[in-house]
Amino acid sequence: MAEVEAAGTEVGGSPEAAAGGTGSGWRRPHGPLQRYYGPPAAETAEAAPDPADINGPHFDPEVFLTKVRSECPLGQLLAREAALGREIRALDSDMQTLLYENYNKFISATDTIRKMKVDFRRMEAEMDDLAANMAAISTSSARVSAALQDRHRRGAQLAGVQALLRKLQSLVEVPGRLRRWAAPGAEPARALRCHARARAVLRHYRHLPSFRAIEDESHAIMADLAQRLRARLRDDTLDPKELTECVEMLLQLEEPPEELCEEFLSHAGARLEAELAALEAELPPADPSGTAATPPPASDILDFVDRGSSAFVGNLCLLAASYRSLFEGRPGAGDGRLEAFAATLTARYFELLERRLALERGLGDTSLLVRALDRFHRRLRALLELLPAAGAEAGAALVARAARERVDRYLRALQTFFLGCLGDVRQALAVPRPPGKEGPGLPDLLATLASSVLGQLKAVLAYVQLFTAKDVAFASLPYFKGEFCVEAVREGLVVAFVRWLCRTARGFADGPAERGAPAAPPALLLLLARLCLDYEATTISYILTLTDEQFPPQDAGPAVTPGPALCTEARGAAQRLLDHYVQVQGAAVAQMLRKSVETRDWLGTVEPRNVRAVMKRVVEDITAIDVQVGQLFEEGVRRAQSSDSSRRAFSVYSSSRAPGRYAPSYTPSAPMDTHLLSNIQKLFSERIDIFSPVEFNKVSVLTGIIKISLKTLLECVRLRTLGRFGLQQVQVDGHYLQLYLWRFAADERVVQGLLDEVAASAAHRCLDPVPMEHSVVELICERG
Amino acid sequence: MEDDAPVIYGLEFQARALTPQTAETDAIRFLVGTQSLRYDNQIHIIDFDDENNIINKNVLLHQVGEIWHISTSPADKGVLATCYNKTSDSKVMTCAAVWRMPKELESGSHESPDDSSSNTQTLELLCHLDNTAHGNMACVMWEPMGDGKKIISLADNNILLWDLQESSAKAALSSSAALEGKGQLKFTSGRWSPHHNCTQIATANDTTVRGWDTRSMRQIYCIENAHGQLVRDLDFNPNKQYYLASCGDDCKVKFWDTRNVTEPVKTLEEHSHWVWNVRYNHSHDQLILTGSSDSRVILSNMVSISSEPFGHMVDDDDLSDQEDQHQEEKIKEPLQDSVIATYEEHEDSVYAVEWSSADPWLFASLSYDGRLVINRVPRALKYHILL
Repeated sequence: MAEVEAAGTEVGGSPEAAAGGTGSGWRRPHGPLQRYYGPPAAETAEAAPDPADINGPHFDPEVFLTKVRSECPLGQLLAREAALGREIRALDSDMQTLLYENYNKFISATDTIRKMKVDFRRMEAEMDDLAANMAAISTSSARVSAALQDRHRRGAQLAGVQALLRKLQSLVEVPGRLRRWAAPGAEPARALRCHARARAVLRHYRHLPSFRAIEDESHAIMADLAQRLRARLRDDTLDPKELTECVEMLLQLEEPPEELCEEFLSHAGARLEAELAALEAELPPADPSGTAATPPPASDILDFVDRGSSAFVGNLCLLAASYRSLFEGRPGAGDGRLEAFAATLTARYFELLERRLALERGLGDTSLLVRALDRFHRRLRALLELLPAAGAEAGAALVARAARERVDRYLRALQTFFLGCLGDVRQALAVPRPPGKEGPGLPDLLATLASSVLGQLKAVLAYVQLFTAKDVAFASLPYFKGEFCVEAVREGLVVAFVRWLCRTARGFADGPAERGAPAAPPALLLLLARLCLDYEATTISYILTLTDEQFPPQDAGPAVTPGPALCTEARGAAQRLLDHYVQVQGAAVAQMLRKSVETRDWLGTVEPRNVRAVMKRVVEDITAIDVQVGQLFEEGVRRAQSSDSSRRAFSVYSSSRAPGRYAPSYTPSAPMDTHLLSNIQKLFSERIDIFSPVEFNKVSVLTGIIKISLKTLLECVRLRTLGRFGLQQVQVDGHYLQLYLWRFAADERVVQGLLDEVAASAAHRCLDPVPMEHSVVELICERG
Repeated sequence: MEDDAPVIYGLEFQARALTPQTAETDAIRFLVGTQSLRYDNQIHIIDFDDENNIINKNVLLHQVGEIWHISTSPADKGVLATCYNKTSDSKVMTCAAVWRMPKELESGSHESPDDSSSNTQTLELLCHLDNTAHGNMACVMWEPMGDGKKIISLADNNILLWDLQESSAKAALSSSAALEGKGQLKFTSGRWSPHHNCTQIATANDTTVRGWDTRSMRQIYCIENAHGQLVRDLDFNPNKQYYLASCGDDCKVKFWDTRNVTEPVKTLEEHSHWVWNVRYNHSHDQLILTGSSDSRVILSNMVSISSEPFGHMVDDDDLSDQEDQHQEEKIKEPLQDSVIATYEEHEDSVYAVEWSSADPWLFASLSYDGRLVINRVPRALKYHILL
């Protein structure tokens, strides 16, 4: 069997192999198949025919024998021979078996064929009989049918007549049915169906008087029905579903859709108006002036929005849907009508909501507001899917406005809070302290102020963040993603607050200090200066970073105020405040000095025994200021001191030294001489700006105050005329100030220079300039 | 550039009093009074030759005492009034007197001799303003535009109006008013308004500025707390009748509309110490001169509240500031209110600044060390204003 199969394969494969070169067109698709099933065609074709293969088709016994003989040893030959013998015998026996089996089959087949031949002969005869019978049947059947034809025709005619009659009957019955169904309270819908069926026929046959009568009657009934339906339509108690049905029926009655549309809308409009009115009833009457104190609304905003959305917005949705289904595609019900209708109503609704939102005066619960707005927005979105023109922008704008309004309110609340804190600080500063018991120090007050303001700001930011929470629907509006974060929160809240803070702080320096209003206590100025400085250094950048984290700004968003600009403002405010502090404190000390110089009789005074009390007071005050400033500001840099600074002798009158800056030169010499001398002096001394900006440290502040005080002393002394003892008193006072003030100033030479000028001016203004012995001056000063 | 350079003149004594020779309209002439307790005081008549940039001086002796204030008659070039300290028996009294200078010095036309200091002449006393009952004289004001017959002096808390009779040989007190109130009130300075037919004056005491009607001698307005501290000086805008400038110890210069005294119209804060003097330019009232004890003189340009903000009325300027500015920007670069120049030639406190009565572009300033500096308005600005 092996060869047979092999041969079969070979036979199947060879034509393809032969056609391989030419018929590639059809062969190609079979390629993969063939490759799968058998040895590849190419392989078959290419393998050289092996004549030595005993199972191959090209087997050549001669070649095989020669090959075997020449290649194999004897033992192998013998084994081969035995094997071949066995194989041949097996094949022989197989062949015999096949032969036997097939023989039996041939015999039985021959028998069967013989039997068939006999049977067919009988069957032919029977078939002939059958043919004759069939012919007879067909003739008789033709006869019968010919006989019946006439009756059948008449039957069919009668049936047709009956159907027609039934139809006529039903037509005649139409008015009755209509009347029955169209009666009040019955089923107008069935009447409508019935009428719709009959209408076409009636219209077709209206030229026949009887049909016309029917038609007219049914028309009349339907007109009546229409009348009643219309009457119903005007009934206010109709709920929206009934209304829709009613209008639908009227439409089927071919009432003009335009008119119906009008009616429908006006009816629905009335209902919606009523709902709006119910909402409005909750609001206090519109108060154009906005001044009257309105009582707090009865229900909270969430409740209000809830009711508004479920009643009004829900009904409007319903209305829009039924309008669409009723009037879609009908002429006359112009597309714009519903939109215009809805737009007016939503506009009113928005207005109401806006008024209600305006009632949310206080800060209330922001989460409640956010939820209310969220609900409103969601419902509105549902409505907008039906009615894209119903004011999407207006709704979004309303939400945005409400949010913005809330942010503004927070800003105001923050401002109030800050002012409250300031008030507390002022109070704490103003409370008189029992001697020996220290109140809260300035650093404590500053820390409390700064931390409570920062805490409040953070809390506000957290509240405002509710508006941009992920689960809030309107947070995905582009406004809330971009503009709200940047414009409302960052600029409108944070930046505005910082700006306001700086402005307010500045206001203490710029504003009321002079005219009327009570001036801020100096300690407050100092405190605010430090606060602004801290803001400049750290707080502003911290706040801005925090804001930017919580409200990430859009890349292409509007320009934001950069942090450095704010810092500059804060620094400007701090500088202004500190300058003002110096001026206020300096003016206070200066005032004391001025009064003391102006009120004293310098001509008639007695020989000085003591330092004047006012000088001691000045030193005390400046020491107190030093302590105060030291609490908030760093020490600052001092110019290197000469070792003997406190011991330095008054130079003006000592002949050993070169003349001081204002060294008197009494000889009426030629003008040039004096001025040459004085000019040379001035080349070596710097011009001192008295009311000049100070640096943010203690030494600079104190220097500023001392400069103001001493310059005042100088100017006042110049306005007086002194006697001998007056001059000596000035000398003593000056030395005392020199002893105690140099340590506060950045550069003791400034103090020295100014005191020298005072002494020189006093000498000028003295009628009898006899200075006191320096040792005596020192003695008096040391005695205190 | 060269003739914009300042001209400096030095006196050998301290000095506070400076005035232009008001009646002189051709020559540039200033009078300076010195302060010396131990030597004879002098009045220097300083002529400035604009073309040659040369100063000529004449010295008059003023032997009665050191001069605190000086003013010249608007009608007679030779007549002047001084307030001076008289010391006697450990008492200092500030008195006032009207003087006449020698005829030949009136117009300063003669050549100044080089040895003028040795060749000093003396003032002729016309009359004393008797103040024994009224206190120390702070200043003497002549009636502007008048015939030199009326003067007002401020003595402690009194305003005294004098009539000069018999060609100034006799001063009769025609009316007076006293400032009543708690504390020791004292006028520091005053100014006679050239408007309203010269019936108004303004005075300063402490931080308050008051306006008075010279006919009734009643107060007509009062600016309480005009400055944070003492008010040092006042001046009326020569071209706008309700405008007043004041300066004081708070380093500020303020401009007021006397019809509404609750807020100043403008405030300048350029000086770093007390401002002792403020003066409007006589012709171009946008030019404001201030002198301060920070040794600086500052010339400011206050266009926005001047009478000539480019042909517009000032009131328009306030109302439609925006519009006007837009228009002006198109037509012409507008001058903003600004500091034109800061003059730092002085080394000591400047107690007096004055515009020349003859040349509106020229002014003098006097510092305590006796240095008189004559400066001009920068030329660019001058042409800008004129053209």
